[in-house]
Parts: sequence; structure tokens; C-alpha cells
Amino acid sequence: MTFLNHHLLSVILFTPLAGAVVLLFVKRRQEETIRWIANAFGVAGFTVSIPLWFRFQPFGDPWQFVERAEWIPSIGAAYFLGVDGLSALLVLLTTLVGAIAILSSWTAITERVKEYYIFLLLLQTGLIGAFVALDTLLFFLFWEVMLVPMYFLIGMWGGGRPLYSAIKFFLYTFAGSVVMLLGILALYFVNHAATGVYSFDLTQFQQLSVPFDVQKWIFLALFLGFAVKVPIFPFHTWLPDAHTDAPTAGSVMLAAIMLKMGTYGFIRFSLPILPDATHYFVPLVAGLSIVGIIYGALVALAQSDWKRLVAYSSVSHMGLVMLGMFALTPVGITGSIVQQINHAISTGALFLIVGIVYERRQSNEISEFGGLSKVMPVLATVFLIMTMSSIGLPALNGFIGEILILQGLYVVHKTWAAIAASGIVLGAAYMLWLYQRTMFGKIDNPANAAMKDLNAREIATFVPLVALAVWIGIYPEPVLRRLQSSVGRVVVRVNSVYGPAIAKAEAACNRPAAPVVIPGAPAGLMLTPPCETPAGAPPPKPAQGGR
Amino acid sequence: MDYIWLIPLVPAAGAALNGLLGIRWFGRALAGALACAAVAVALGLSIWAFVGLVALPPDARVHDVVLAAWIPAIPLETAADIGMFSVNWTARLDPLAAIMLLVVTGVGFLIHVYATAYMLDEPRGGYARFFCYLNLFCFFMLVLVLAGNLLVLFVGWEGVGLCSYLLIGFWYEKNSAADAGKKAFLVNRIGDWGFLLGIFLVFFTFGSLDFREMATAVAAMPRERTGFGVLSAICILLFAGAAGKSAQIPLHIWLPDAMEGPMPASALIHAATMVTAGVYMVARNAVLFDHAPLVMQIVAVVGVLTALMAATIGLVQNDIKRVLAYSTVSQIGYMFLATGVGAFTAAVFHLMTHAFFKALLFLGCGSVIHAMAGQQDMQCMGGLRKYMPVTFSTMLIGAFAIAGIPPLSGFFSKDEILYRAFIGNRILWGIATATALLTALYMFRLMTLTFSGGYRGPQGSPLASPAAVAEAALHGARHPHDAHAHGEADRENHEVTHGPADLLREDHARPGPSEGSPAITGPLMALAVGVIVVGFFGMPEALGGTNAIERFLTPSFAGSAGVLTGHADAALSRVAALGLMLCSTLVSVAGILLARHVYLRNPEWPRQLAARWHGMYTFLLNKYYLDELYSATVVRGTIAAARGLFAFDRRVVDGAVGALRWLTLLASWLSHMFDKHVLDGLVKLVGWTAGRASFVVRRLQTGLVQNYALVIVLGLFAFLTVFLFAR
Repeated sequence: MTFLNHHLLSVILFTPLAGAVVLLFVKRRQEETIRWIANAFGVAGFTVSIPLWFRFQPFGDPWQFVERAEWIPSIGAAYFLGVDGLSALLVLLTTLVGAIAILSSWTAITERVKEYYIFLLLLQTGLIGAFVALDTLLFFLFWEVMLVPMYFLIGMWGGGRPLYSAIKFFLYTFAGSVVMLLGILALYFVNHAATGVYSFDLTQFQQLSVPFDVQKWIFLALFLGFAVKVPIFPFHTWLPDAHTDAPTAGSVMLAAIMLKMGTYGFIRFSLPILPDATHYFVPLVAGLSIVGIIYGALVALAQSDWKRLVAYSSVSHMGLVMLGMFALTPVGITGSIVQQINHAISTGALFLIVGIVYERRQSNEISEFGGLSKVMPVLATVFLIMTMSSIGLPALNGFIGEILILQGLYVVHKTWAAIAASGIVLGAAYMLWLYQRTMFGKIDNPANAAMKDLNAREIATFVPLVALAVWIGIYPEPVLRRLQSSVGRVVVRVNSVYGPAIAKAEAACNRPAAPVVIPGAPAGLMLTPPCETPAGAPPPKPAQGGR
Repeated sequence: MDYIWLIPLVPAAGAALNGLLGIRWFGRALAGALACAAVAVALGLSIWAFVGLVALPPDARVHDVVLAAWIPAIPLETAADIGMFSVNWTARLDPLAAIMLLVVTGVGFLIHVYATAYMLDEPRGGYARFFCYLNLFCFFMLVLVLAGNLLVLFVGWEGVGLCSYLLIGFWYEKNSAADAGKKAFLVNRIGDWGFLLGIFLVFFTFGSLDFREMATAVAAMPRERTGFGVLSAICILLFAGAAGKSAQIPLHIWLPDAMEGPMPASALIHAATMVTAGVYMVARNAVLFDHAPLVMQIVAVVGVLTALMAATIGLVQNDIKRVLAYSTVSQIGYMFLATGVGAFTAAVFHLMTHAFFKALLFLGCGSVIHAMAGQQDMQCMGGLRKYMPVTFSTMLIGAFAIAGIPPLSGFFSKDEILYRAFIGNRILWGIATATALLTALYMFRLMTLTFSGGYRGPQGSPLASPAAVAEAALHGARHPHDAHAHGEADRENHEVTHGPADLLREDHARPGPSEGSPAITGPLMALAVGVIVVGFFGMPEALGGTNAIERFLTPSFAGSAGVLTGHADAALSRVAALGLMLCSTLVSVAGILLARHVYLRNPEWPRQLAARWHGMYTFLLNKYYLDELYSATVVRGTIAAARGLFAFDRRVVDGAVGALRWLTLLASWLSHMFDKHVLDGLVKLVGWTAGRASFVVRRLQTGLVQNYALVIVLGLFAFLTVFLFAR
């Protein structure tokens, strides 16, 4: 247990990788064995991440579960892991959605099963790695690593024009990340100039005060890398192709987790490291986001392909996420993060639904369907719940995100909020129209008359998502509490107006009277520090590695 | 009273049970009983809460229960300073909420009972699904009513919208039903856009969404007598939401289409409770609206115009259910008129009486349609009073109530509104009174066409049996003897769906329409009693009553000048008040007599009138062409924009990426060429030169050691020479 306490993040990070390695040694003809092993590692990956929820101290150290080891001492790169509230939640989301994606592939994938699961598990490690890395170079490594399995997943198990979409996806995001690397290197040298130490330490970057001119250029470089991933209009055109042609689990991982890389990058890098440039570029980013919201929704309305419609809805939703973030208010940023989680839940589930229908009918054309409620009532119910979650019905998760984002934006930019809020009308329009065209009406196509409703395994993939949707909608407090400090630190950097208020909120936080003592935990790592920790307090300075 | 939050949760549990287990496993009896029991328990709890509230002294009759934190405090700037955005699950019981609780659970319970019989034609799973939705609706409606802040109210607000969507589209295989559900949801969303912005502005202005804190903050602000300030902006935004939910101009278009839903749902949602939520919301924020007189005027004008417009449309419709739908729109217009002139109690009182008489009319109408095997066209009815005495007499009570005949409840509430409108603005009063005439007219047109005169429906022919209707409909047949002879026999156009046609069962062949089971007539009679009794709680002082409702409700609106000064400047003499009452009564009686005269004695008159005023008639019949206008502008515009942008996305945005790809390919081809011909050429040149040179040099390669030795010696010599002398 001590090992687990000290190396929780490494365990979470490498469990999927271990699964991939184990699968290497299984004969490729033993497909059932491969499936069982992959699922076991999927579930195990989620199980080992559960302590992140319970042992995370919402008002504790800024970075928790920290691990640090030398990696490339000559350039100051380290194996440096740690999470705050934001990344803890995203890691949990990744392991959960990862397990669901693996479970959803049981019957959908019949060719090259072994390679498929290996890539899926590798992908999961790449995604987790990017969220837990506190060393920027390590972050970049994982950022690039995740592209490879995704490329193969789309290219080898996809439909439509898989190779075209896979290459487009790879090159597009790769081009963005090359520019992003330039930004990271610039930060590396700026950091050296300021501190005299060569280091990729993200926590240190976050305390730099970079000259404004330099900030602008670094911001743009990082922006390109992140904006492609989000994707922000007009860098989105890889997304409909990749989503549509990817296998179901690939679409789910892509939409639910990989898009969050971009938004995570903004919150982790751009906002706290480059606060002045962030302010400077607010009109640009917010403008593009608003365009994305309306544009994505309208284009979704014009789709005749079910999966492509959901893909364009992602453009719209991610626009809202970006907009909330660039409101630069605590409420807006909190909403932005919550909405990232919500988008993972609802869009992930929507892709699962499309995949399940595709598996039965080998078609994504909306006009092929109609009246499915009659033959697949359980699917119709899940679809309804997720539609409502997607369009932000109160008491479901989507509403919490929308209300926080729009309220957080409204107090600073009323007109923008008013325009963005019109997205709720368009969102309802394309989703309800989709629902009507697929689920309502008579079964005109005889091929649909014999479609089987969800089986137990398929229901099992939806149960956690539906439960989360309802839980976050009705009682988001545990999620929001975990985010409070993390968001506070970002806001203090980027929007100093909130300094005193955030400090006050931290001080007033509810905290257990006595610190929770975890047996075997090293002192200071997982014990509750005083709640009164000033919000803007610098993170603990780790021992410097390198020269 | 600390447990009022249980009231919504009981129907929620009912919905969950029916939804998770009932659809698959429960029989009809169990599903229906469960749903009714859930609402009955909620009714019991509501009565208990009401009694508890009445026991308190009048100014202590407000009870807030904070159940849990929903959104914990997060710093956010407001107009004044940096505040905290925090929202709790708060329930609030005050006189207004208490009245609404009783209306929702009381009327809701009766409609549930009615539905157990009405929906029997549904297959078992559909039956449980219906009750699941109905209970879910009660849950959200009770959340809306009990909400202690704007955001919780919005939860109920959108939740009832969802249930409305589900129930309108309950027969989802009918495209018209699915369309109507979607339309209702989307039109409501347009209103909700305004509502949401209103919520944001409320927080920005007051730093809180809690009704109590809002009212306190507003009370400290001056009334915006001149100009359009922030309070007016809030009110107009909130009113946009109210107009969507309560079907007011210009967002009223969804309600008539909503009649695609099953009758009990129409009665509960689209007549008695949900559609009046907008009125409730405005009344809930009475103090706020009272501080924005300009918006109040807008509300009043919108209300009275909606009332008039809907009444004129209702006058020419032939579908019995649509007439009632427009009547509902019109009556809600009255309620908004009342709120607009500051008569919040009158609005709520009318809301309450309307819930009773309109539910009664809808359920009666359902009884008629059921008996007519799905026929909804009034021109194919007539003379039903002798077949359906209970339905006729109860509906007559409802019709007298809505027309405003004393001493039925509708009289008291409508008269109160007219009285207050008279004080507020004579023009508004004039329009409202004219609308009262129209109300009596269209209502008794409905009653006359349906119940009086000769029976114009199918005779006691076996071919008119429900089974035969269904059979004929399935084959799309026309039959001269049956009710469907008037058009294509298309079961899609019917309210009542029938089970599979079974022509062998003789009992389907029944002689003409007849009264339904006690579960149908029981609620009708109970509602009729309610219609008679409820009005007396609001008997005005001019008639020697105590106006108990007004005195009970006033604390809920405390702080709004309209209420406080209501009696001060409303001091019309008793004679004038009685005169107004007499006037409105006479107007109603005139309307009723006119309807009898025209539609019973001179049935050819309407046709002649329609022929003479043809343009006017088609204009009304087509509902002012507003649906066509919207679909030509908003709907088409959106779709065109969507298509255009999609083309733009493929051609331009993705085209740019494609162009980049081609550019890259071109560049790589160019460099390939450069590589092949220039760089490679250089390499080849080197190779060629070397080859040529080797040709010369290889002569040296003789293989003779002496030659090599000679060359070495010569070389060494040369090297040494250079080395030694060139330094």
C-alpha cells in the first residue's frame, strides 16, 4: 500500500500500458482471451484511479500525489507528475471513459483484435500522461504519443475513408503541435533567463513574469497547438472526418478525452503563464469561440449523417467551453471545466449510441432510420437522456456547465453572452430534429423492424454515464469543490481583480475539523493542510534538477 | 413544514417506478394506481402544508427550506462589487406557493384518475409510459411551484417543458405529434433564451437569485417610472420566458399544435397548470415587476391582445380541442392583463379558477371525443346531450364559468380582472370586455354544435364502431356511413387510437355515442363542484364577500405598490363596482344568447357570414397566417443558413486545408524534381567526372611493385621538398 501511496499516478499511468504489454504475449487467435484481458485492464485502470477522488484534498497542496525523478538531467527534463483538482478530474474521466470504450468494442471489432486493444490501451496511457505531467517536455512527449495509436485506430478500424481521415488528423494536429513545441522551448529559455536554471518545470513556468511582447508570440505558438486540438473554428475540419470515420471507441476517446487536451492546455499553460497575452487575445479567442458555437450548431443542423452531426455539435460545445474559459472569471472557468466533463459524458454517450446502431445496421445515414423507439425503447430512453444532457436541460449535467459559463461571461461581456446563449435554441433544434428523425415516426424501413434493443453489456456502458449526468446535474458540489482551489490559482494569475475574493472563499471553505490521516502516507503529501492556505500562494519549490 | 420538499419527490418516485419497472412489467391497473397514489400522497402533503401555513399569523406565512447546496459559492463580480455566485436547493412555502400546490395536486389527481380510464386503449407498456410522464410532470411542476430561487424555478420550468414535449409527442409514430412536440420545445427555448439572460442580469444586479433577497433588494430601489432601466430590462427578459411558456404573442403558436397530445395531458399541462407557469413566475416576482411600470404596460397590452386574438381564432375553428386550446391562450392573456395592471391576486385567482373550469372542459371534451370514436370535428357532432347527460351538464357548468356567469368561479375571477383593468386603463378594459363577449360566443358555439340540435355523427351502424373505424382507417378507406366519410379515413387525425381491429367482437357495435366509465365521469363531477365552489373564496367585498383569496395572497406580493395601494386608488364606489359586474354579466349573457341564436336557430348564418367576409374568415381560420410567416422566415432562414454554412465549411474552410495539402504536394514534387535533376545531376556529374578521371588514373594501376615503389619514392620526395622548402 505504501508503494501505491507514493506512486499512485505512476500506477494509474502505467496500468493501461501494462495491459498492452500483457496483450503482446497472447496469441492473436485467442480473441476472447484478448477481450477479457483488455477489459480487465480497462476496469483495473479505473479502479486504481479511484483514490484520486477520495484522497484528493480540495483545499490541500496545489499539486498533490507528486512524483519526481530524473529523466534527462542534461537538459533539466524530469519525470515529474502531479495533479490538481482539474487534472485529477480529467484523469478520472479518462480512466472511466477508457474502460467504457474498451467494453463497447466487444462485438464491434472482429479483425486484428489484438492490435486494436493494444492501441486502445496505449492511447489511454498517452492521454493520462498528458494530464498528470508537470514537466513540460514530458507533457509534450505524451501529447505526441497519443497521436500514434489514434492514427492507427482511425486508419485500420475506421469506416468511410479511414486512411484519408487518419492522415488528415495526424498531420493537422502534428503541425499544430510542432508550433506548440516552439512555444514550449521559448518558455524554457525565458525560464532560464529569469532563473538561471534549465528546467521544463511547469510549476515554475507558472510563476514567471514573461515580458508582454514575448508573451504574445508564445501565446500564439501555444494557441495553434491547442486550438487545433479543441478544435476552435476555423481549425476544426479534421474533426468531422476523424470522428465520422473512426471506430466507435475511437470516436468516444477522441471526443470525450482528446479534445480536452486543447482546453486543458489553455488552462494549464496559456492562462497562468501568459496572463497579459491572454487578456490581449480575449477578443480573438472569444470571437472565434462564439462563431464556433453558432457555426457548429448551424452546420450540425444541415447534416444527413448521424455521426457527423454529433461531430459538429462538438465544435459548438467546445466553443462554449472556450468562451467560458476566456471570460476569465472564476465562475466562467469553473463552468468551462465542468462543461468539458459534461461534453465527455454526453457526446461520448451519443457516439456510443451511434455505434450501437451502426453495428446493427451498418449505416449512419439519418434517413435510413425512423421509429426506432418502437423496437429499441431502452436505447431511445438513453438517447433521450443524453440529448437532454447535451442541450442543457436543468437537473442534468449540461445545464450546470452552461449556466456557469454564461453567467460567468455575462457579468463581463453582456452582448457576447447573449449571442452565445442563443446556441441553446440551435442546440435544441438540431438535437431534437435528430431525435425525431431517428426515434420517432413509423418504421418505414423494413431493415429496422428487427433491430435488437440494448443487451446487458451495452447497458453497462451507459449506466455510469447516465448516473454521472444526473449526479452532476443535481449535486455538482463535490466536483465544484475539487475545482475551487485550482481555478482560484489560475484566476489569481490572470485576473487579479479576484484575488481578495478568492482568498476569502478559500478561507470560508468547508473542511473537516481534523485532518484526514491516511495510514502509511508520507507526512505532508496527503494530509489536509490548513484550509486557510492563501489562494495565490506559490506552489512548493521542488528540488532543482539539472545544471 | 420543513418537509415540504417531499411533496415533489413523491410523484418523482412514482415516475421512477413506472419508468424503470412499470413499462416492462406492470399491468395497467398497477401502473395507473401507482401514479394516482403518488399524486394523492402529494395532495395530502399539500393540504397538510396548507393547513400548517394558514395556522400561522398572516405576516409570518413564509417558510424557506434550504435542502442542500446546489452550486457552492464561487466569486463573481456584480454591478456593485465582487459577490458570490451560489445557488441552493431551496423550497419556499408561502400563500402563493400553497395555492398553486393545491391546484396542481388537486386538479392533477383528478386528471390522473380520469386518465386511468381514458388511456385504456393504449397497449400495456404505453399505458405505464404515459403515467410515468404524467407523474414526472407533476414532479417538475411542484419543483417550479416550490422553488425558492430563480434557478430552481428554472429547473421546474424546463422540466415541465420536457414533459410537455414527451406528452405532446406521446403518439410518436404520428409525424404531426412528433412535429408538435418539437415545435413546443423550440418555441419555449426561444423564450427561455430571454429568461436565462434575465437570470444572469438578476444576479449581476442583485448578487443573488434568491426570491427573498431579490425582493429585499428591489424594494430598496426606486420604481422606474420614467425610462427603461435595469429593472425594466430584467422584467422584459423574464417576460420573454413567460410568453414562451404561457403561449403569449408572439410565441403562442405552439399551444394549439400541442393538442396532438392525449387529452389528459392537454388538460393537465396545456390548460390547467404548465401554461400558467408564466403567470406564476411573474406573480412570484411581483415586487420586481411592480418596479418596472413600463414593462407592466407591455405585459398588460400583450396579455389583452393575446386574449382578443386567440378568442377571434377560436371563434371559427371546427376542431373541438383546438377551440379549447385557443380559449386557453385567451384566458392566459386575461391573467397577464391582470398582472400588467398590478392585480396579482386577481391573476392568481383567475389562474386557479381557470385550472378548474378549463380542466373540466378539456376532460369533458375528451369524454365527447372518446364517445365519438376519435372524431374531433364539431360539425360531425350535435345532439350529444341526450347520449351523454353527465358530460353535458358538467361541461355546461364549465362553459358558464368561463363565460363569466354568476355565481360560478369564472365570474368572480374575470370580473376582478375587468374591474382592475377598468381602474388601470379604460382601453384595456374595453378590449377585455369585448373579448369576454367573444369568449361567451365561441364557448357556446362549441356547446351548441356539440350537444344541441340533431345528431350529425355516425348512426348506430356497426360500421361506425371503433373497430370498424380502425379497420377502415388502416386501409385508408372512405365509408359513407361512418364518421370518417367527411374526409380521408385516416386514423392519424384522431385523438383516440384504437387497438387492432377486431371485427368479430360484436360488442364494438354500439348504438351511437355513450357516457364513459365512472373514472371518466367522476372527475368531471368533482371538477364541476370545484368550479362552483372555488369562486366563493374570492367573492368581492362589493357583493358582501370577504375576498378571502386576496387577503390570503397579499403577503406574497407585499412590497409591490400595486397591491398595497390597490385599495387606496381602487376606491371605486360600491355602485360603480356593481355596475361593472352587471355590465360584464350582461355582455356574457349576450354572447351566450347570440351563440344560441346563430348556431342553433340559424345554422346557415355562419356560412353566409363566412362567404360574405371571406378574406376575414380565412384569415382567422388560418390563425392570422403566423405559422406560415414564421416558417417562411425563421425556420427557412435557419435551414438555409445551415445548408449554406455547411457548403462553406466543405468548400472554403476545409478547402483551405485541402489547398494546403495540394500546395505541400506541389512543393514536394518540385523539390523532387530539383532533387532528381539538379542535385542528383550534380552527384552524377561528380560520379561521371570521377569515372572519366579514373579512366586516366587507372593506367597507373599496373600491378607491378616496382612502379608503385617508384611512385611512392617520387611522392615522398615531392612531399619532403614541399615540406622543407615551402615553409
